[in-house]
Amino acid sequence: MTQEEPPLIIESRWDIPFRHTAGRLASHFFRALVEKKILALRCPRCRRVLIPPRPFCERCFVPLEEWVELGQQGTLEAFTICYARFTGLPDPPYCQMLVKLDGADSALMHLLGEVDLEDVEEAVKRIQVGMRLEAVWREERQGGIQDIRYFRPVS
Amino acid sequence: MPRRVAIVAAAPTRTSSHRTDVTYPELVYEAVSAALEQAGLQPGDIDAVAYGSMDPFDGVFAPERWNVEACAGAGAAHRPLMKITTGGTTGGSTALAGYYHVASGMFDAVLAVASQRVGETLEAQLVLNTAVDPVYERWSGVGAITVAALQAARHFWRYGTTEEDLALISVKNYENARSNPYAHLMRMLTVEDALNTRLVSWPLRLSDCCPSSDGACAIIFASEERARALSDRPAWVIGAGQITDNYWIGDRPWYEHWDSLSMLARRVYRQAKIADPLAELDVAELYNAFSIQEIIEYEALGFCEKGKGAELIRNGVTTMQGQLPVCPSGGVLCTNPIGASGLIRVAEAALQVMGKAEKRQVPGVRKALAHSWGATIGFHTLMVLGSEPP
Repeated sequence: MTQEEPPLIIESRWDIPFRHTAGRLASHFFRALVEKKILALRCPRCRRVLIPPRPFCERCFVPLEEWVELGQQGTLEAFTICYARFTGLPDPPYCQMLVKLDGADSALMHLLGEVDLEDVEEAVKRIQVGMRLEAVWREERQGGIQDIRYFRPVS
Repeated sequence: MPRRVAIVAAAPTRTSSHRTDVTYPELVYEAVSAALEQAGLQPGDIDAVAYGSMDPFDGVFAPERWNVEACAGAGAAHRPLMKITTGGTTGGSTALAGYYHVASGMFDAVLAVASQRVGETLEAQLVLNTAVDPVYERWSGVGAITVAALQAARHFWRYGTTEEDLALISVKNYENARSNPYAHLMRMLTVEDALNTRLVSWPLRLSDCCPSSDGACAIIFASEERARALSDRPAWVIGAGQITDNYWIGDRPWYEHWDSLSMLARRVYRQAKIADPLAELDVAELYNAFSIQEIIEYEALGFCEKGKGAELIRNGVTTMQGQLPVCPSGGVLCTNPIGASGLIRVAEAALQVMGKAEKRQVPGVRKALAHSWGATIGFHTLMVLGSEPP
């Protein structure tokens, strides 16, 4: 064996199908999205209104059962504009952000649309933490988080 | 009462974007054999192994099985082996596991070893995307980079931190890495260079983001009696802990602060009897996978007030010549074999206390801090090492 022999590279891939149980809460939440309603759950103890819906409050450790309808508008809490292309991830540029909808105590992760992202200088002048956003719905809603196409600045 | 525990050997491996010169077991053997040699231990002197890695980055389920023979010299073939995976804190948790094993009184010498071949996955961001919620969030492409970018956007908005501040962090780490033979990125970087690298996810540029690295690291934890017999200057564990935060990052969108890290720091400083970390720590190895995080960590760890982190780097406080050098190794920003990176922080802190950090040695280190974060900015580990036992 000589040092000059180049090491071989063996290619492999993981291509494994899975199925994730969304649960009764997400199922209810997604069905409401078809009706253009955004729902959240209120904690009976600390009274926080939480989205995405989850089965218990992690602070109070009690089950959540009281559904609340949130507003279609909210406040931008944080954002980034991704310009890099990664295999299997969305085509850049896209603006990933967290919006706190009116009536909620937590923020929902989603995308921001209808702002030109090509010129970053212009885009970050337009997009500001604290700005008001509103939901834009898909025409064909299938009962999933992407029934909300994106959020856009309130004009 | 936990027993006194010290680190008697700390061995990171060389790292690169793909260590094609070694197989996975050879990479782990490199770390383990170096640690045994440093401690003057023979195969079989080790009582148990704590092993850290995150399988999907390696593309192998249970890589500890592939690498069990590389730990066999340390007794793994017929000894207990525990596998640890806690996201980016994997290496930090593996160090804690090694420490807890010995502190419990049930084992006298324990090998903590962590490995990751991020260079073997052709899309690390796709792996990181599988770590976020599959029902509500994964579709949006969220991963480590975009979450760090959210932290940066909030810090910019709240405190007026700038891209130039981030560049200063990167320049400092790149400069330090040039003195570390185990670093991955070892090239010169100026502020101008940094500001000219491509935008990855605003406001983070390429120079604000860690590379994907192949690497491993091994540390040997020993009981007081064994440590005193093996080493004139071991690194004593004088404070250690881990903390979790909630699953939904939208529940705590004030990303300019790292509240869970602040809470953990208070607990660990109390153990280590540290009142003023900036004055009492001699060196810190922080998990700065993204430049902005080092600034937020300064604040959360109490090196300065909230919002003043950028001032520390502007004033050179955390450079090699400053009051508290941060990441003499170049940090995670220059080297990131993800599951091993937390253990490398502990190893680097230990080498500083043991006086074995060679060209990156900070003179006269008596107390060193090692940190890691993981789980989509949800988990942290801290370990304080000292030249004197607790």
